[in-house]
Amino acid sequence: MRDFTEIWSYLAGDPLLWLCATLVAYVLGDAASRTVGRAPWMNPVLVAAILLGLLLWLTGTSYATYFEGAQFVHFLLGPATVALAVPLWTQRHALRPALLPIIAALLAGSATAVLSALAIGHAMGLSPQLLATLAPKSTTAPVALGISEGLGGSPTLTAVLVILTGIIGAIVVTPLMNALRIRDWRARGFATGVAAHGIGTARALQVHPQAGAFAGIGMALNAMLTALLAPWALGLF
Amino acid sequence: MIHALTLILICQLAGETVTRLAGWPIPGPVLGMAMLFALMLANARLAGLIVPTGAGILRHLSLLFVPAAVGVVGHLPTLAANGLGVALALIVSTVLALAVGAGTFVLVARLTGGRSDA
Repeated sequence: MRDFTEIWSYLAGDPLLWLCATLVAYVLGDAASRTVGRAPWMNPVLVAAILLGLLLWLTGTSYATYFEGAQFVHFLLGPATVALAVPLWTQRHALRPALLPIIAALLAGSATAVLSALAIGHAMGLSPQLLATLAPKSTTAPVALGISEGLGGSPTLTAVLVILTGIIGAIVVTPLMNALRIRDWRARGFATGVAAHGIGTARALQVHPQAGAFAGIGMALNAMLTALLAPWALGLF
Repeated sequence: MIHALTLILICQLAGETVTRLAGWPIPGPVLGMAMLFALMLANARLAGLIVPTGAGILRHLSLLFVPAAVGVVGHLPTLAANGLGVALALIVSTVLALAVGAGTFVLVARLTGGRSDA
């Protein structure tokens, strides 16, 4: 029999190991979320990321090595975004009557996300560069990186803030909406897509199909609006 | 399924190509989503072909964010230096944006008489 370290050094450099680890961590996170009846605080992305983070740390594996395996999963984000046309099509008859609420909620939600983040960051004494990094955090990752770079922020740190925002949104949305007694699934979903992009949309899809469809629209529209809004908002601080 | 998957990837590719050529500030897949939606509206048979595959991809949308979320772990030291300000900005602004967005939606829906299916 071969030495374990020999097998490990072979496997650790192979994409299969980290692809497999990503799926196992997600299956565990999803099972944990299911066990607690999809309670919002047991977010499957958060659970999986913590498990994998610990595993990388324990085995002394770099993120670059991990990503060689995980990139196959990461790649599917693009096709999945395109596939958001499916819930949109399923809900197509609900769209036209909701046109005015959609426009109003987009403007209000998007402006609140950018301006309140900048106002709090400014009050807490964050550097101008960090404010530029923070401004697009409610936007879907590929757009947020572009906006951050254009404003003189740090795109890699923006990616982190985008993910954190998504997880925060996915965790707080259900208790928050229940507390506010907002029962309209369109409103709940749309606001989630605007404030917490794809991770919020993933949560909305899990909770209610109509919320999921409206979250997808919210995410797409907010990507376009934040690109226009963020440079102007940053100029205020 | 392979036809649906091919069409989804073609829409993404078309979206990436157009946004890059035109220099638009929106991501290719988002334009691809709009293109696929337009195709589905135009052709019901095509829509029927896409629905099961698309729904299958979206069933575990959360999984696709895991690799990026693991990247956060490596940035924790940078975050810790400005921890409180950043955490406060993220949490408060996300809660505010959710509340204001959903509240505005409900208010305008009521004013314009849009029916809720809740």
